[in-house]
Amino acid sequence: MAKDASTSAQGDLVLSNLTKSFGDFVAVDDLNLTIPQGKFFALLGPSGCGKTTTLRMIAGLEEPTNGKISIGNTDITYAKPYNRPVNTVFQNYALFPHLTIFENIAFGLRRRGIKDVDAQVKKVLELVELPHLADRKPNQLSGGQQQRIAVARAIVNRPALLLLDEPLGALDLKLRRQMQIELKWIQTEIGITFVHVTHDQEEAMTMADTIAVMNKGKIEQMGTPEELYDSPKSAYVANFLGQSNLIAGEVEGNDGENSIVNIKGNKVSVPKNRINSANKSVLVGVRPEKFRIVASGKNTSGNILNGGKVSDVSYTGVSTQYQVEMPWGQELMVFEQNDDNEPMLRKGELVTLSWEPVFTFALDGSENVRAGA
Amino acid sequence: MAIFRTTATKFKSPVNRKSLFPYLLLAPGLLYLAIFFLAPIATLGQMSTKTKNSDGVTYSQVFRFQNYIDAFLQSKEQFARSFLYGLLATILALAIAYPLAYGIAFKAGRFKNVLLVLIVAPFFTSFLLRTIAWKQILGEEGPVIKVFRALHIIGPTTSLTASAFAVVTGLTYNFLPFMTLPLYASLERIDPRTLEASGDLYANGFTTFRKVTVPLSMPGVVAGTLLTFIPAAGDYINAAILGNPDTKMLGNVIDARFFRIVDYPTAAALSFTLMAAILILVTIYIRRAGTEELV
Repeated sequence: MAKDASTSAQGDLVLSNLTKSFGDFVAVDDLNLTIPQGKFFALLGPSGCGKTTTLRMIAGLEEPTNGKISIGNTDITYAKPYNRPVNTVFQNYALFPHLTIFENIAFGLRRRGIKDVDAQVKKVLELVELPHLADRKPNQLSGGQQQRIAVARAIVNRPALLLLDEPLGALDLKLRRQMQIELKWIQTEIGITFVHVTHDQEEAMTMADTIAVMNKGKIEQMGTPEELYDSPKSAYVANFLGQSNLIAGEVEGNDGENSIVNIKGNKVSVPKNRINSANKSVLVGVRPEKFRIVASGKNTSGNILNGGKVSDVSYTGVSTQYQVEMPWGQELMVFEQNDDNEPMLRKGELVTLSWEPVFTFALDGSENVRAGA
Repeated sequence: MAIFRTTATKFKSPVNRKSLFPYLLLAPGLLYLAIFFLAPIATLGQMSTKTKNSDGVTYSQVFRFQNYIDAFLQSKEQFARSFLYGLLATILALAIAYPLAYGIAFKAGRFKNVLLVLIVAPFFTSFLLRTIAWKQILGEEGPVIKVFRALHIIGPTTSLTASAFAVVTGLTYNFLPFMTLPLYASLERIDPRTLEASGDLYANGFTTFRKVTVPLSMPGVVAGTLLTFIPAAGDYINAAILGNPDTKMLGNVIDARFFRIVDYPTAAALSFTLMAAILILVTIYIRRAGTEELV
């Protein structure tokens, strides 16, 4: 079979001005993205945000309306799927039902006329810890085993890029957790660039070095899991990755490194470098687990919000989750670790919320508080 | 490594009522088969070893197995022809039906159902009528012969009717839907993602077709070829209407023995021989095709 130069391309994956429209609907909107070689990258977003379309364009299964895709210096925008150094782990694995596990894995090697098929297939079966299943057919395997074989079938080809399309979606929670760790381990082991598409924020945070949060065909924010979680740049990201309390306030002044924000009469400090707003009116963001909750009148420090009333309590083992109704009517979410002997606060009790200023971020006040929730 | 534990809890069911139910469902079908298939087969079997009495009307059972040998030797030419024509029609039908079914399954989009109805539509007119129509199509005034003559495929005096060509054409035409429908069913069942996966794994369009599409459509190929070959090999209407004395198939011989010469034992022996031959061929074919696990 004729081989294209692009099958041997190496380097960073670069998407420039990538656009895909289906009729009037713009699925992917002028996307610019560089994924460094050897990284575990996650495209995260709800269904319909354009992440799968982006993946399919990289795989060559969908042709871009506009823009360019390249790996290193090689342009692969219009290369046929079989002429790209890219392999995919499909959502429902798409194993060949008529071939044995061995032949499924050998498929790509045989198409490229590679010599030591036997040794390579055996090696990758060892890697996914399923060497004893070589002679079975896919339908004789469990979901988790099929998942591993789908990964093996792709990585045996040593692609420059491995695409994973919601690969763990069909597995139960326990198996999913285990496969997350395994996939991460495999990626570290073989050093191939992984591009992982998922709507599960926990899955993305567990595995990826870098996450791009997508919304309506565009990238909302990109960064390490910690960056996205601690300093979200928009309400959408703040709500989609974990939970956030976003409280409206006005910037009133300065205090060294911090800005002073007035929240309904309460003055709180927010680090200046974590304010992503040009406006005076901002949304002050605090993650639920950053709050401390104490009965009203007790001493506490840091930023303080008084006059809350517990409106709901739920005990989850590691933590207790409180809903606290503030005097201005907003419900705030508080996760309190069950790591002390303090008695649980009861519904209806008056409380004071406090937190360390460093755990605060602030967004533009004109944003929709519920975006991405 | 994950270990899966399945908890198999067995519920004891009230044995009598539940275990009888499947048989009740089967009963009408079994009864029908017994009356209209097994009984006639048994009668046919008995008849095949009888001889005609001197009165020329009645028969007596003498277990004359020589009937089989006589019958076969008398009509081995037609025997061979039945299988040859059946085989040719099957190959032609497969060649026509595969692209057709493939097109409907993968490319037809919203016209899928319309096209499927069109495939079945010929069944609304009689089999006999449609076969006679081929006489017109291939006849001196028809379009086919004009094209063939213009292209010098046949000479100006050769005709297409009353020929082996016409018989095989008729057989191919008549059994085409039986080939197309099972093919369509198996192609339609293929998960398009396996085809995408094949492309993703360095197979071009043709290799994907050869290595994934064709193997996955084998159940349809086997079912379609059987549904075409079995009736085509036993057919006699096409040979009777579109053929000549030199294109007679075994079905025509059996027809003649039963209804014209009134030689029941020979006709019965021939029927049995044909049945056995087809059964053996089909068994070998299914074994070789090895599609049990895909069906």
